[in-house]
Amino acid sequence: MAEYKKYSNRLGITGWLAGGRWGIERYLYSLHRITGLGILLYFILHIFVTSSRVFSMDAWEKWMGFFGSPIFKFGEFLVFVAFAFHAVNGIRLFLIELGFAVGKAEEPIYPYKSSLNTQRPLMVVLMIVAIVLIAAGGYEFLGLTH
Amino acid sequence: MAKKIHKETDIVFHIRRYNPELDSKPLWKKYTVHVEPGMTVLDGLHQIRETQDASLSLRYSCRMGVCGSCGMLLNGRPSLACNTQILDITTKVLTVASLPNFDIIKDLVPDLTPLFEKHISTSPHIVRNDADEMLNPTGEFYQTPEELTRYLQFTYCIKCGLCMSACPTLATDPEYIGSQALPQAYRYNVDTRDDGFNLRKKIVGSTHGVFRCHYAGECSNVCPKGVDPARAIQLMKRELVLDYLKLKKHRAKSHICSKPEGVERIPEIPEAPPFTVEQK
Ligand code: SF4
Ligand code: FES
Repeated sequence: MAEYKKYSNRLGITGWLAGGRWGIERYLYSLHRITGLGILLYFILHIFVTSSRVFSMDAWEKWMGFFGSPIFKFGEFLVFVAFAFHAVNGIRLFLIELGFAVGKAEEPIYPYKSSLNTQRPLMVVLMIVAIVLIAAGGYEFLGLTH
Repeated sequence: MAKKIHKETDIVFHIRRYNPELDSKPLWKKYTVHVEPGMTVLDGLHQIRETQDASLSLRYSCRMGVCGSCGMLLNGRPSLACNTQILDITTKVLTVASLPNFDIIKDLVPDLTPLFEKHISTSPHIVRNDADEMLNPTGEFYQTPEELTRYLQFTYCIKCGLCMSACPTLATDPEYIGSQALPQAYRYNVDTRDDGFNLRKKIVGSTHGVFRCHYAGECSNVCPKGVDPARAIQLMKRELVLDYLKLKKHRAKSHICSKPEGVERIPEIPEAPPFTVEQK
């Protein structure tokens, strides 16, 4: 086949969010990836900070003091939000990817209903669970208990 | 839901143009089109070609949502231009661009070659162990309506590529086989006439196969034929996992329907015409 000049139109990483009129599950997909990366970043930082104790008590205390500031407290809460969402949505994906909650093949009749409709109750229930967890976490993390 | 009544009006089309001979990247151009109720985006584009700019390139054929040629990004959503009425999606501005995740050949014409290559890579046809029966069939295969329903939904694919351009996994992994080809592999895997599961498993279970999908589900939202690719992909994951755990149920295969004995052929029914292709 003749070679001709083409323009690469791949969305790349912007495609996780950019584009347009997408359904909610596609945004959950992107949020799942972003929260996953956030948790990974936290994990690396966590290992780095806690390992400072190996070097000296001073180093440990310096880092602890640094991360004790309110802004990091809030950051910690964000990590918890990411974790709660990622864990709960992960349960949804685990079930769906094993073929549960997506229904069986059926004759498509317009207006089409898809597996997205079949899994939606599960999605709604689990997102409520995530919101409850986040609210409870916020109460604890942001010091509202004291 | 009551259908909205639309009135004729002027709509501004923002079209993403790209001429490989002149442009280094696509450019947006504006055209104003007088739109009447019922006009499809394809009608609007034709009007632009006829009255304003004949150099606008697009691909279409059937004009009735059957051939899958006219896929475009309309107001940020992959859609068939012939299947989308302008006033259903806008009252002022309409953006029209080539399908994302596919290279642009010119203006609104995407290069769908990867779709077809991936499709072919999954052996999307009946694969059987008895080559003899394939070459010299002795009869038809029995299949119950339930067995048919298991794959019928996925046979409606018109290979328009909308699902692939809506997929966020394909946006970052060009090698991902994608939401067009994977459901086709599943369609044959669950066909009781087929023996190709082990052959396809190597492709669909690979690094760029079904397990790259994490159910963004947009393929099923945009599919103009109700194929529900996301469903097929999840069901195929289950099959592969069960197969790996050696828990996959053995399904009864279709058997060949024997020719009825002791009955005469009704004379009015003509014999099948001779082959038009040389038989090997
Ligand atoms: S699955 Fe649907 S959207 Fe994808 S190529 Fe086939 S018809 Fe088009
Ligand atoms: S022109 Fe055939 S699907 Fe639109």
